[in-house]
Amino acid sequence: MEKPQGSGDAYWRATLGLLTTVLIIWFVVSFGFGIILQPMLDSIMLGGYPLGFWFAQQGSIYIFVALIFYYAHRMGQIDREHDVHED
Amino acid sequence: MDLKTLTYIVVGATFALYLGIAFWARAGSTGEFYVAGGGIHPIANGMATGADWMSAASFISMAGLIAYNGYGASLFLMGWTGGYVLLAMLLAPYLRKFGKFTVPEFIGDRFYSNTARIVAVICLILASITYVIGQMKGVGVAFSRFLEVDYDTGLYIGMALVFFYATLGGMKGITYTQIAQYVVLIFAYTIPAIFISMNLTGNPLPQLGLGSTMADGSGMTLLAKLNLVVTELGFKEYTTQTIAGRLDMFVYTLSLMIGTAGLPHVIVRFFTVPKVSDARSSAGWALVFIAILYTTAPAVGAMARLNLHATIQTGEIGSPEGNLSYEERPQWFKNWEKTGLLQFEDKNGDGRIQYYNDKNPEMAAKAEGFGWKGNEMVKVDRDIIVLANPEIAKLPHWVIALVAAGGLAAALSTAAGLLLAISSAISHDLLKGVFMKGISEKSELRAGRISMAGAIVVAGYLGLNPPGFAAGTVAIAFGLAGASIFPALMLGIFYKRMNKEGAIAGMIAGISVTMLYVFQHKGILFIKGTEFLGDLGPNWFLGIQPNAFGAIGAIVNFAVAIMVAKMTVEPPQHIQDLVESIRTPRGAGGATH
Repeated sequence: MEKPQGSGDAYWRATLGLLTTVLIIWFVVSFGFGIILQPMLDSIMLGGYPLGFWFAQQGSIYIFVALIFYYAHRMGQIDREHDVHED
Repeated sequence: MDLKTLTYIVVGATFALYLGIAFWARAGSTGEFYVAGGGIHPIANGMATGADWMSAASFISMAGLIAYNGYGASLFLMGWTGGYVLLAMLLAPYLRKFGKFTVPEFIGDRFYSNTARIVAVICLILASITYVIGQMKGVGVAFSRFLEVDYDTGLYIGMALVFFYATLGGMKGITYTQIAQYVVLIFAYTIPAIFISMNLTGNPLPQLGLGSTMADGSGMTLLAKLNLVVTELGFKEYTTQTIAGRLDMFVYTLSLMIGTAGLPHVIVRFFTVPKVSDARSSAGWALVFIAILYTTAPAVGAMARLNLHATIQTGEIGSPEGNLSYEERPQWFKNWEKTGLLQFEDKNGDGRIQYYNDKNPEMAAKAEGFGWKGNEMVKVDRDIIVLANPEIAKLPHWVIALVAAGGLAAALSTAAGLLLAISSAISHDLLKGVFMKGISEKSELRAGRISMAGAIVVAGYLGLNPPGFAAGTVAIAFGLAGASIFPALMLGIFYKRMNKEGAIAGMIAGISVTMLYVFQHKGILFIKGTEFLGDLGPNWFLGIQPNAFGAIGAIVNFAVAIMVAKMTVEPPQHIQDLVESIRTPRGAGGATH
């Protein structure tokens, strides 16, 4: 379907690889720990927080922030490796 | 100084600040009007996005939703923040590389079709108008409660203010005012929370306070104490209750996430930064600024719920002296009774207030034994939680005045962003793009200002005469955006084979399925009596509430778009080259039209 485009293709594969990794973590911490596994995780305490509840109301948000900065940083590296960065 | 004068001074000072910024940041070109000239620093844009994003619903209503739905309300917290991960990775950098002014413009160019562009404009206007009504109401309500002017006057003042800075400055004016509004609203939100967390747990950070031990010497954690207090009164356990089950929660969270990523007024904020790499990091900054409020909100909700029950249930449940006497109710109670948002009815005539869950049969039976005749707090409006919080915690007057200014900042900043998205869809997509292609830049700028003024008048009218459905529809706006715009953008970037036939069919299918599902449960065009299936759990498809249906609409959109695209011809070569070019950052210039 898509023509092979040399380095362009490798760049896009690297981008999609990073994307997949980040989306898996994104899904696991919110839908996984925060919703599906919440009843199980709640038996573990994090300070005064049941762990599942903590992921749903605090933890997932902190991890989202970290994920975006990690993504932005890694994309910057991938851009330079494949020589498609700006400036 | 009395509270009213102080509130006038604080709110007046913030308004003067917004007007001063607007005058300083006048827009001289369409580039400045639509995308603030494209030179906004990523951190500054993140802050502006925070204010653009956090509406009256986030500021006023969310903590109340959390207070009453406990764990179940986590779907708002995760849904309204998780969308930024999608936005940062799937949309923002690529749309920034594309480098145009509006979201429908991308859809029109990528799918080489004015029809696609017009369908996108319609989806955008449907989602944005539903959303803006809520903001206008928020402005009116904040004015009428804190400044004691009536609702209509409050709305006119708000409209005049937005009119001034949005038509004069366009995106440029809106950006700098939103930065100021973010600062106002975040102080207004966090300061009372810090005081309250300090009082209850001795920990000044609300995010940690919520997970701490109570400072009352009981040795219990705050959440365990709250669970105990609410279950003893027959309410559901705070840390485990859900709104409509776990599947609904899953789908609702997903709807809010993709809706967040698909709302045009948020997406265009990322057109204002200089580079593609800035669009990525700016989404991170936006979420940092949003997370400050969103991680504080669960503490505000839980602590307010605890304080409210402690105020009313002063002693042992069932003992004659255990409930607050109505005569001795605190001043804030009286203030909010006047607004009608808090109502007490002495059902058993004992002069004391009983607040419990009389819908719970076990509790109702127990209460009868105490001589209680039903829950006497017949109305506790959820919006009170944030607005009355400083009064309940006996904080100084300047904090209460600040909360008023913060609520107004949240509503005004979001309204301005939405109005800009609507007016640029009209002046740039419909006029310049389709109907009056030869229009000069100067005339387009004038058309932009006129459609902004028109949009403000329409929004104001709907705020003054709110359609019956207005209150509950902010969530539906997310469903509409998530089911139409998000899949079209994503397929446009990630699926080179996607053609105009597929994209148009997908958008129409996605938004239709979502609207039909909402209509069948809430009435056609929300007219009562025309719903052919009741709005009750058993009638919901797999138990999913209408507000949460955007995710299903989005799945339908993806499926229809891909099927239709496979059956029709692939897009022309220059479009496939365009997709290649937006996928790589190099060569991103300033936004042009």
